[in-house]
Amino acid sequence: MQFKSIFYKKKKYASIPTEKAKQEIPEGLVEKCGSCGKIYYEKEWSQQLKVCPNCGTHHRLTAYERIKALIDEDSFTEWDPSMETTDPLKFPEYQEKLKKDQAKTGLKDAVVTGKGTINGYETAIVVMDPFFRMASMGAVVGEKIARALENARVEQLPMIIFTASGGARMQEGMISLMQMAKTSIAVDRFNRSGGCLINVFTHPTTGGVTASFASIGDYHFAEPKALIGFAGRRIIEQTIREKLPDDFQTAEFQLKHGQVDKVVHRHELKALLTTVLDLHQPKGRDEL
Amino acid sequence: MKQVLSFEKPIIELKEKIHELKNMAEENNLTLDDEINTMEQRLKRLEQEIYDHLSIWDRIQVARHPERPTSLDYIEKLFTNFIELHGDRLYRDDPAIITGIAKYKEVPVTVVAQQRGKNTKENLHRNFASPHPEGYRKAIRQMKLAEKFNRPIICFIDTKGAHPGKGAEERGQGEAIARNLMEMAHLTVPIIAVVIGEGGSGGALGIGLADHVHMLENAMYSVISPEGAASILWKDATKAEEAAKSLKITAKDLKALGIIDEIIPEVKGGAHRDFDMQVAYVDTYIEKSFNYLTTIDRQSLPNIRWEKYKKIGEITE
Repeated sequence: MQFKSIFYKKKKYASIPTEKAKQEIPEGLVEKCGSCGKIYYEKEWSQQLKVCPNCGTHHRLTAYERIKALIDEDSFTEWDPSMETTDPLKFPEYQEKLKKDQAKTGLKDAVVTGKGTINGYETAIVVMDPFFRMASMGAVVGEKIARALENARVEQLPMIIFTASGGARMQEGMISLMQMAKTSIAVDRFNRSGGCLINVFTHPTTGGVTASFASIGDYHFAEPKALIGFAGRRIIEQTIREKLPDDFQTAEFQLKHGQVDKVVHRHELKALLTTVLDLHQPKGRDEL
Repeated sequence: MKQVLSFEKPIIELKEKIHELKNMAEENNLTLDDEINTMEQRLKRLEQEIYDHLSIWDRIQVARHPERPTSLDYIEKLFTNFIELHGDRLYRDDPAIITGIAKYKEVPVTVVAQQRGKNTKENLHRNFASPHPEGYRKAIRQMKLAEKFNRPIICFIDTKGAHPGKGAEERGQGEAIARNLMEMAHLTVPIIAVVIGEGGSGGALGIGLADHVHMLENAMYSVISPEGAASILWKDATKAEEAAKSLKITAKDLKALGIIDEIIPEVKGGAHRDFDMQVAYVDTYIEKSFNYLTTIDRQSLPNIRWEKYKKIGEITE
């Protein structure tokens, strides 16, 4: 044990490779698993949907990567792609941060919404993108999700939401908090019209998103080891003055504590969603 | 001994001087009316100047003042026949949230409130008004009863936030708040919420999705505590004052942003300085909302609520 380790605690949960770590590898050729360090050709890496064949770590997907992996080719119609925040609070450094993430992701904000088919089954879909401001929820995220739920309600489509979020977006202050209300009411309206809401928790889903639409789906699936929780680990440890177990707030922990229906490997997700969509086809019910 | 906030010091000092002068005049049979009058005039101007120009940080100190009236203080004065009802029927009773039935202006209502303690012992019992999932579940249980018996709901918000703890996470803190938001969305009775002290993020909103949301003049309502924001943004919790300014958490800012409906004025120096007067102010605003909302057709309330929240959030396309 080195002297340094007295001061620096070893991380007990999976972490995302830093920008620096990524830069060590020539881009477009190979990818390195940030968890176990094994190196893969880019092609294999994307075929594996960024799940490390060696250690099983589910690395984060961008919204479009997720859609590409799931939605039948050429069937996706995007909703509200150009919606943008106005920086309503004129919050310090927010504009710069937005511009940087917009350039990095090609997105206007942290969520992609739309509809398409999965193995032929029509569905509405919402994918939050953790590469954009950690998919925090401000006015755009809230509005796009609420509109998507309304569209799905009107078009009588099921809805699949891939959740990921650092929580409410601080830089939009109380407007962000109110998106919890907006999206939850939208879920309620969708529910009451008989809509089927399938939420898939991906790493990490926390804070105001966990405390709104993410936690009130009809079905809650989660990717292995995904962090799912309301309060942050550090805050809890400071509050209760004790060390939390390693598996605290993981998908498996939430399964054990009754917040998640099923933990699903990314490679099995499409088949599972197809089956669930099939089980909700009105045609099937008529024939019974 | 009342706790004195730094910005109030000049006022308190001047008041003491006037007091001394009056005592002196009385004891020595002197006529100092002119001097006393001048000083009282000065006091008035000073109060006006200080209280009209409270900084955000001053207001936060008022909102967090240990003597600031709590939900139970308001409940006692505003309602009659209050019966506190306990428990979520699932796990336990959470003392951080108080629920019950009472009469407001002779009409049966349901009351839901976050309750701070007034001293350390009470605060430990109340968990500093930071609810656990069972608190939110108790709240929604009572709100559903309110709907069943057609009772308007009046909520008092006063919390630093939902409790960040192990048990709270294990029992689904996020789910409890989310479910409240979803259930409150379609309740067919009026919901009035008043932020009386601190409105701490999702923990506050968990009982705060209302038809009318009012806020005391010096109360705060924020997505994150100023200290939390400062430590995330600048890795420095001492920059909380700067963060507070940027976050727009005062009643005035939130009214301008369309997040709250009305600002309830506070007595000079804060609600704790003259509680009876403060109750009267709060009563006026609740009554106005109450009278208005109870005229609306019950079945259209959920739609009106949706329209209200749908509008919040500036975007461009």
